[in-house]
Amino acid sequence: MLQVHNLEVVYDDVMLVLRGVSISVAPGQIVALLGANGAGKSTLLRALTGLLDVHHGKITRGSVDLDGQPVGHLRPAQLVTRGITQVMEGRRIFAELTVEENLRIGAHTNPRQFKERADRVLTLFPVLADRRRDTAGYLSGGEQQMLAMGRALMANPRYLLLDEPSLGLAPRLVDQVRDLIVAINETGTGVLLVEQNATMALSIASHGYVMETGKVVLDKPAKELLSDEDVREFYLGLAGTDMAGGTGRRSFREVKHYKRRKRWLS
Amino acid sequence: MIELFEAVFRGLGQGSVYALIALGFVIIYKSSHVISFAQPGFMIAGVVLVTYLVELPGIGFWVAVPLATLLTGLFALGIERAVIRPMVGRPIFAIAIITIALDILIRTVAHAYLGINVRHVQDPWGLRTMSLGPLTVQQRHLAAVLAAAALVAVLFLFFRYTRMGLAMRAVAQDQEAALAQGVSVGAVFAMSWAMAGGLAAVAGSFAASGRSVDPLFWLIALTALPVIILGGLDSLPGAVVAGLVIGVAQALTQSYPHWVSFLGTNASVIVPWLVMILVLVVRPYGLFGTREVERV
Ligand SMILES: Nc1ncnc2c1ncn2[C@@H]1O[C@H](COP(=O)(O)OP(=O)(O)O)[C@@H](O)[C@H]1O
Ligand SMILES: [Mg+2]
Repeated sequence: MLQVHNLEVVYDDVMLVLRGVSISVAPGQIVALLGANGAGKSTLLRALTGLLDVHHGKITRGSVDLDGQPVGHLRPAQLVTRGITQVMEGRRIFAELTVEENLRIGAHTNPRQFKERADRVLTLFPVLADRRRDTAGYLSGGEQQMLAMGRALMANPRYLLLDEPSLGLAPRLVDQVRDLIVAINETGTGVLLVEQNATMALSIASHGYVMETGKVVLDKPAKELLSDEDVREFYLGLAGTDMAGGTGRRSFREVKHYKRRKRWLS
Repeated sequence: MIELFEAVFRGLGQGSVYALIALGFVIIYKSSHVISFAQPGFMIAGVVLVTYLVELPGIGFWVAVPLATLLTGLFALGIERAVIRPMVGRPIFAIAIITIALDILIRTVAHAYLGINVRHVQDPWGLRTMSLGPLTVQQRHLAAVLAAAALVAVLFLFFRYTRMGLAMRAVAQDQEAALAQGVSVGAVFAMSWAMAGGLAAVAGSFAASGRSVDPLFWLIALTALPVIILGGLDSLPGAVVAGLVIGVAQALTQSYPHWVSFLGTNASVIVPWLVMILVLVVRPYGLFGTREVERV
């Protein structure tokens, strides 16, 4: 069980951006974490993966626990070794390295098992197998997202934290990413899915949290969040409409993105 | 014509030394964005070590150089750990100044060990010459070229195939992303300094062959500065190419002083800086400065 209790995080010793956040992810569960830009979602993931330091951030109260043990003080490498790996916002693949080299870095903490893990990742992401020797920077946006996910899986995480994996992807690719998250989860990996695309996230999650300005304001099973009036209005852009469309429906942001893309193509 | 080619070869020998020193600088810069002016210090420290080691019974040049390389590498690693690491996050400029202080410190102490006696690395070449096809070249220059070529090959394999080498490339591109994969950025910093120290020691050892080590010896390392800037701060191939270019330019001005007589009698000292400025006017990021692979 990956848990956060009453977590407070401060940047630059003055900016309080998490104000007592508590969430938990059970082994093998998919949990959605929603919230507008600036709510503190990425900050929470940084706290879970030891990356606050890089941003001059600090945990000032509360705790991060893995199976009941406090892990908030550990370094990123130690957390990766213990089974928590993050796919950061914006993919952050190593553009000048090849696809395979990116995967090798993913297996940095356990190079001995590179081959069997790479086999597994390349089965899950056949696109990457075809482009193994290519420079990662030349992959398309969707392929880069798969590489970022594949790279994280090379560490064989028990908990995979995904920061806005659908960001900037065309709807068809969003569906593909969603299916892959489900496939990864089916192998027993717990997933904490940070998304602005609430429809996609809630369609596969069993539980969901909504954050606003550093606090969890909603904490409910995903089904209940999907039918919550506020969530529907603010995060799904579906005020007053029928949810029967389920995952076939696109969030407002996505529709906009799709239109923009089409205009650009024509 | 023969004379010209001989001068070029002499330049390649000298340029190999510059290239090794510059490579160390670039490796540190890429890993940590620290601009380290401590390379001359490490070169002197390494060379002084060699001059002492070769005086021990049973230790010749070929044992002393690898040993001094290793020791200088460890020394540089210690310096990084003790002095530079605590500065992480401070302004780049402040850290650069600290490295200047370190350089002066290390050099002064090392010079004290030079004393007033003339010290030698006891290299096997001296000023002996050999024929290379139609050319008559000094053996020490050929040795420097071969040593640099071998080290460049080793570096290439290291960065391409080893776990640490790959981690260093990853950290150079995106430190936070590398951290997120479990790479220890601290280990990468330490390794980059160790490599820079080692490379400086090798460079010094070959630069000192056929001559004595004296307090002016460090001026050789000073010429690595325009080399680094010419090559582009963050380019390993740039460091090698620029090192050779500057070495050759310098050798040519020594052999043909009348070509540049308008620069005065010490043209070969300023030519590296002149070449640097001329190239930078055309290419502000140096010969091989950052050129990122990025999908539009
Ligand atoms: N490195 C940083 N230093 C200072 N403030 C930051 C830093 N990163 C994020 N913040 C601030 O913290 C708040 C939460 O940001 P973030 O965690 O990125 O939110 P989200 O991922 O939900 O968009 C924002 O107000 C943002 O401006
Ligand atoms: Mg974010």
